[in-house]
Amino acid sequence: MSIVRGLRRVLALARAEVLHVVRDRAMTVQIVVMPIVQLLVLANAATFQIRDVPTYVVDYDRTTVSRGLIDAFTAGGLFHIVGTAPSAALANDALLRGRATMVLTIPNDFESSIVRTRVGRVQLELNAEKGSSVGIVQSYAGQILAAYSARLSIEVRPTTQLARAAPTQATPVRGAARIEIRAQGWYNATLNYKHYMVPGILVALMTMIGTLLTAQNIAREKEVGTLEQLNVTPITRGQFIAAKLLPFLALALINLTLGLIVARLVFAVPMRGSIMLLYGAAAVYLVVALGIGLWVSTIVETQQQAMFVTFFILMVYLLMSGLFTPVDSMPEWVRALSQLNPVRHFVTIARAILMKGAGPSEIARPMLILAAYGVAVLTLAVRQHTKRSA
Amino acid sequence: MKALRGLLRKESYHILRDRRTLTVIVVLPVLQVILFGFAIRTDVNDVRLAVVDPTPDYATIALRNRFDATGTFRTVAVLHRVDELSASFQTGAAQLAVVFEPRFAERLAHDGVARVQVITDATEPNTASARQSYAFAVIQDYERSVRAASNDVRIVPDGRLRFNPTRESSNLFVPGLMAMVLTIISALMTALSLTREKETGTMESLLVSPLRPVEIIVGKVAPYLLIGLLSVALILVEARFVFNVPMRGSIVLLVGEALLFILVSLSIGILVSARTSSQRVAMLIALVGTMLPNQLLSGFVFPVESLPRALQILSNVVPARWFVLIARGIMLKGVGLAYLWRETLILAGMALLLLALSARSFKVRLS
Repeated sequence: MSIVRGLRRVLALARAEVLHVVRDRAMTVQIVVMPIVQLLVLANAATFQIRDVPTYVVDYDRTTVSRGLIDAFTAGGLFHIVGTAPSAALANDALLRGRATMVLTIPNDFESSIVRTRVGRVQLELNAEKGSSVGIVQSYAGQILAAYSARLSIEVRPTTQLARAAPTQATPVRGAARIEIRAQGWYNATLNYKHYMVPGILVALMTMIGTLLTAQNIAREKEVGTLEQLNVTPITRGQFIAAKLLPFLALALINLTLGLIVARLVFAVPMRGSIMLLYGAAAVYLVVALGIGLWVSTIVETQQQAMFVTFFILMVYLLMSGLFTPVDSMPEWVRALSQLNPVRHFVTIARAILMKGAGPSEIARPMLILAAYGVAVLTLAVRQHTKRSA
Repeated sequence: MKALRGLLRKESYHILRDRRTLTVIVVLPVLQVILFGFAIRTDVNDVRLAVVDPTPDYATIALRNRFDATGTFRTVAVLHRVDELSASFQTGAAQLAVVFEPRFAERLAHDGVARVQVITDATEPNTASARQSYAFAVIQDYERSVRAASNDVRIVPDGRLRFNPTRESSNLFVPGLMAMVLTIISALMTALSLTREKETGTMESLLVSPLRPVEIIVGKVAPYLLIGLLSVALILVEARFVFNVPMRGSIVLLVGEALLFILVSLSIGILVSARTSSQRVAMLIALVGTMLPNQLLSGFVFPVESLPRALQILSNVVPARWFVLIARGIMLKGVGLAYLWRETLILAGMALLLLALSARSFKVRLS
């Protein structure tokens, strides 16, 4: 009897919440449209892919060999020349202005040194302000230099060996030792970062909206004064928290559904695992995320405080979840700390299910952690919420 | 003027009396910069390497030693067959594998060509390609050294990393974090403080007071401007003493630019609040609308050059993008206004435009 009554109370309050959201048009639009737009746009953003390296060339040599080198750089399509002048000052200026990412300096004895000693030197200055992409640019440049010197080995023969080389070797190209490198990427052969990012961004958006809405919810009731009214009703603390949690959980699941549709239709994200399993995991995760929002809501006084605290919690959660920067790059103590981060676990789960086709046994560990987290957070929120106004 | 002073005093009391909010506003950014400064890294180090070497010989051993000597790679397994690899990849024990063909040294010496395969766990493509390129560099380096003995032409690059030679992540991210933190304090807090007056009904009384709309805005945002500047100062102290981020340019200029950026963010806050009626919608717009775009389109983590063309254009309207450029320029490159005038003008233009817009939409509410 009392269970039925309790359930009715929860449902009545939950219904009120749903009506609040549905009636506020501006809000419904924000909740539904904004995440979709952001997913569409931002899934394209999170990449270190190198599209184009603006290069400044300082050619002191101006010979056929040096020009050949410049051509070799432009031929690849990645490097494009933004300026050439035999002036280190101008090149430096371009680097400082950010107009050039790389400066290639060819000294004036480049050709003669290659002919005489078979060794030429060039200088590559890179703008390391660009972070990790610099290493990739450097290795591309190294590949071009290697390919060009291999070509030169055939063209520029040392005078002493010229007579010997031609008749004895049928394939002169093979004269030098060469290592052929083949690259292969497993699990994501085309290196499509969108397949990796879309599930991550989807999780981020779901978390943000869910946590924010629950966090400001009770704070608002406090501010407007309606919490007083609720406090004098016979509803228990647990029922109160449940009623506040359920509507937003449903809302977040709707967001997830829309996001998954976009992921499938627009980005062709593979869905190798069970979708039902993903929803199950999402429900557990959302209890944690929304529970944190509710807990924040019970400790703050105003919506402004709720907002600020939520923003910071979310920023920590998102930036330290391995969503954008790999957890593997973080120092040991941060990695240990990130075990406390529910977003990290759910991002792992979502990517494992979608990309690797993981089943229940593969995701058991993060799931257990999330479940434990959920119980802890809910207990905390219920205990924190007092029906007495301070 | 006297009325404005009164409002300023009232706002300051509001902020100062609410100890909890004040602590949160001042302390949290400081903590966050410390946490993120350590945590947000994209350095590729300690790559777990598996080697598949069916017939070890002098060449493969030499190459393997080179991998170990870089400090970037750590050999976790030496296998004999490729199919043994799958297991170490699935458990995550290995992130990259180098597979030598049989009789590597022999082929290198006699045929002149030897094959090596580099396999990466590409689940995460961004770091996967970085790891791959490091492995390529090691192998090419070895190739060059083999050639040095032969009579082949070699071009030796002298690579220099300017502005951040050690590629220290915190040098890149701490200036960027400043933009994040300032956005929160300025845009969000202002948006809320104005909508709150609307929601509680006190905006009415402000509007019937002799204050002009501009004065109301000034009175509301000035305190947050000061808090923003305080945060800048604290973050700069941290950058210097906790992370040793260089300060090669003028600190006065940086503070000036920060002020400009705060102004832009504040005007966004005013604009959002003028267009919305409840704190909850203002929050949603301010939070969901600014958090991800700020993180992803500002060049803070992902270089703007890596964005698709259309997003590069879009990123021009994200104020943080320009401030990140300015902050890195001053701190890492040590350049002054001569180099940064364009970015500065853009920020100034944004500030003017947004202030004008917000003042206008604010007036509309009067009628």
